[in-house]
Amino acid sequence: MRLLQSFFAKTFAHGIHPPTSKGQTDHLAIRRMPFSPRMMVPLSQHIGAPAKVLVHKGQEVVRGEPIARAEGFMSVPMHAPVTGIVEGIELMPTARGPKSEAIIINTYQAADQQVLYGADYEWQNASTEELIQQIQNTGMVGLGGAGFPSHVKMQVPEDHVIDTLVVNGCECEPYLTTDHRLMLEKTDSLILGIRIALRISGAQRAIIGIEDNKMDAVETIRERLTEDDPVSVGVVKTKYPQGSEKLLITALLDREVPSGGHSYHVGVVVNNVATLALIGELLPKQQGLIERVVTIAGPGVTKPGNYLVPMGTPLRFALEYAGYFGDISRLILGGPMMGNTVASLDVPMTKTVSGILVLEQTHDSGKQKTYPCIQCSRCLDACPINLNPSQLGRLAAKRQYEVMADQFHLNDCFECGSCSYVCPSNIPLVQYFRIAKSVNRERVAA
Amino acid sequence: MKQPIVEIRTSPHIHSSPTVAQIMRNVIYALVPLAVFAVYQFGISALALIITVILSTLLTESLFAWLSGRDNTINDSSAAITGLLLALTLPPGFPLWMGAVAGFIAIALGKTLFGGIGFNVFNPALIGRAFVQAAFPVSITTWTPAFAPGRFAEFIPSTLTLPLMRPNDLTPWIEQVNSNLANKMDAFTGATPLAAWKFDGVTTDTMDLLTGMVTGSTGESAALLIVVCGMYLVIRKMMDWRIPVSVLAGAFITALILFLIDSEQYPDPLFVLLSGGLMLGAVFMASDMVGTPVTPLGVLLYGLLIGFFTVIIRSFGGLPEGVMYAILLGNALTPLIESFTQPRVYGEKRMDKKMVVEKTVVGESVGEKTAEENAS
Ligand code: SF4
Ligand code: SF4
Repeated sequence: MRLLQSFFAKTFAHGIHPPTSKGQTDHLAIRRMPFSPRMMVPLSQHIGAPAKVLVHKGQEVVRGEPIARAEGFMSVPMHAPVTGIVEGIELMPTARGPKSEAIIINTYQAADQQVLYGADYEWQNASTEELIQQIQNTGMVGLGGAGFPSHVKMQVPEDHVIDTLVVNGCECEPYLTTDHRLMLEKTDSLILGIRIALRISGAQRAIIGIEDNKMDAVETIRERLTEDDPVSVGVVKTKYPQGSEKLLITALLDREVPSGGHSYHVGVVVNNVATLALIGELLPKQQGLIERVVTIAGPGVTKPGNYLVPMGTPLRFALEYAGYFGDISRLILGGPMMGNTVASLDVPMTKTVSGILVLEQTHDSGKQKTYPCIQCSRCLDACPINLNPSQLGRLAAKRQYEVMADQFHLNDCFECGSCSYVCPSNIPLVQYFRIAKSVNRERVAA
Repeated sequence: MKQPIVEIRTSPHIHSSPTVAQIMRNVIYALVPLAVFAVYQFGISALALIITVILSTLLTESLFAWLSGRDNTINDSSAAITGLLLALTLPPGFPLWMGAVAGFIAIALGKTLFGGIGFNVFNPALIGRAFVQAAFPVSITTWTPAFAPGRFAEFIPSTLTLPLMRPNDLTPWIEQVNSNLANKMDAFTGATPLAAWKFDGVTTDTMDLLTGMVTGSTGESAALLIVVCGMYLVIRKMMDWRIPVSVLAGAFITALILFLIDSEQYPDPLFVLLSGGLMLGAVFMASDMVGTPVTPLGVLLYGLLIGFFTVIIRSFGGLPEGVMYAILLGNALTPLIESFTQPRVYGEKRMDKKMVVEKTVVGESVGEKTAEENAS
């Protein structure tokens, strides 16, 4: 059965098969993490304008209350993750690097941390515009990656017709199991969120793309669907980077998003399961996004698991709770393929952090030796969008960044890391490409 | 909690592939059976030749690393591979000093001159081979009998020629070997199967070619063994099977066409595949990754071209063997081949896929997208 399944499962061309390393946490139900005595809520956890502060120093806030409002359409509000008192608004280090403004809240330890804020909302009767406004009010952003505001993503440009809503439940990054647990434990919220998103997009159908290593999630969801349900589940192959939006569209619908284009160009809107599950949970109650599920895993923690972490929890607090004792380690926010290492434990958890990984240090420095490209063509076989990373790498070594962009499609690279993963010469290809892109960007700007 | 030492790296944070050194080591493993068979076939002369050439390549590699102040790269085994491969393409009785020269040239001219591993345009072993072909035209075409009795006790006389000396004529020695043979039918004529075909119009039995029961260069003769050793690398995913397959396909097709035109003048395609250095060249030299295209279509073209040129040179050139030049030509054409075989990138315009819901929509959206970009 399993074999047949993977034979028929749809997928995209190329890609890689890193060890999934999910066994450490995929059976662990979501648990709440306690509240840190001090919370730091950065005003910019999303792409777009930072939110505008609504509170002042010394003010009491109630868990779930808006504490910053959206600054224009391309922005989202923030909500208080705990009941407590505003200690101040300060520049704080963030996981992204530069310091940014954050609201500091001292938690009332004795307070009952029920979300009292909010009101029932009849979404069935609302117009599309209203629904989009309501989604913006929840402060929702794409929980899988960059933090693109969800309401912006759901708003389809006027001259485009959407026929399919693709729901991304691939979770192809190794170690991470948050989406998997959400599909199992918040199935109803997810399906409700999908129905809301269907309404907004005007699509006739929704397909939930799930990799075939999560068949329990597939079954759980299928059980809740009716005979002629517009929502269905599409099983795709377990392969990295199957969770990339464009590649999932290709796998499920055999459509190719044009280079430089968006999914709506091929009639599709894509949303992550975590995003829709939370919309399904929050929107009918008009509540805000104040916590999310985070996988904490890797050999460096003694209590790995899927934790419901309030936004603003300091990384140090979350790690201590998961049993991390500060051994020499590599700390990664996100997955091992596309996540970032963090330099400080004093950064807060934000909306976009799906995982905290504590991996062993790369000890064997002998393996780290870099050779020139030996033209083995492994990277070409790995690149999901059919670039020529070997050629790009050779050009990068010669700093011919413009040629890379003009003739070798540098800008189509979405930095999935597959090429670096397979390179026997250990060439930091992705790093080269990031540098090349930023140099080119500066050149254009100048 | 103490402040940990946190390592900062950019993604991806995991990596999995054999290292270059591991790949090279496995190529050596795959070549060892060929060397062993060669020694069994030709005795201590072959052994001495293999050792000499490898020592020469290793010393040259170290010398240049030392001269240029670079890290010594002999640990990655690539110089040893060059030496081993080179030795396998030389005649078994090739004078040792000439073998050492070939090894030196292979590394110095074929590799270091270009900047070392990864930068060499040509297969270094073939550069060495081509050099001695030009410098010592007689010695490189002097063949000695395989399975000569006493091959484990005494050297082929030419092997121990003093440096800078011309080897003595081997004819008396070969006659002596022949006279010791029980079966006079097996008497050695001094010609390889390929030369026998080219100059005398005699083709050798296919079975003998497969199993290596013929003479020729040190390690080129056992076609079947070469295939098996190549398979080892393919299974371990350390060799691109598409290259040998397309080289052999190119040679087979070309030979078949010639054979169909005139079966008197041209040998049958199977003989073409199994004779001379084609098998060794296709499996171990054309496929040496450095100097080959990386694009899928490029790989195919490269292989077919090498196969084609091999047969053309053999059939119409002055030499019985053409693999070496064909591969060097393929190496030279690699940048050109790559330049016009770039893969089609995901999302590049292609209308045969259901790329769009409505074509007109895309037309508009492209315009709209640029507007959007300008705005942002
Ligand atoms: S990082 Fe870029 S070049 Fe490398 S495999 Fe991914 S998309 Fe291709
Ligand atoms: S995987 Fe590395 S060594 Fe191989 S072709 Fe690509 S860049 Fe070159």
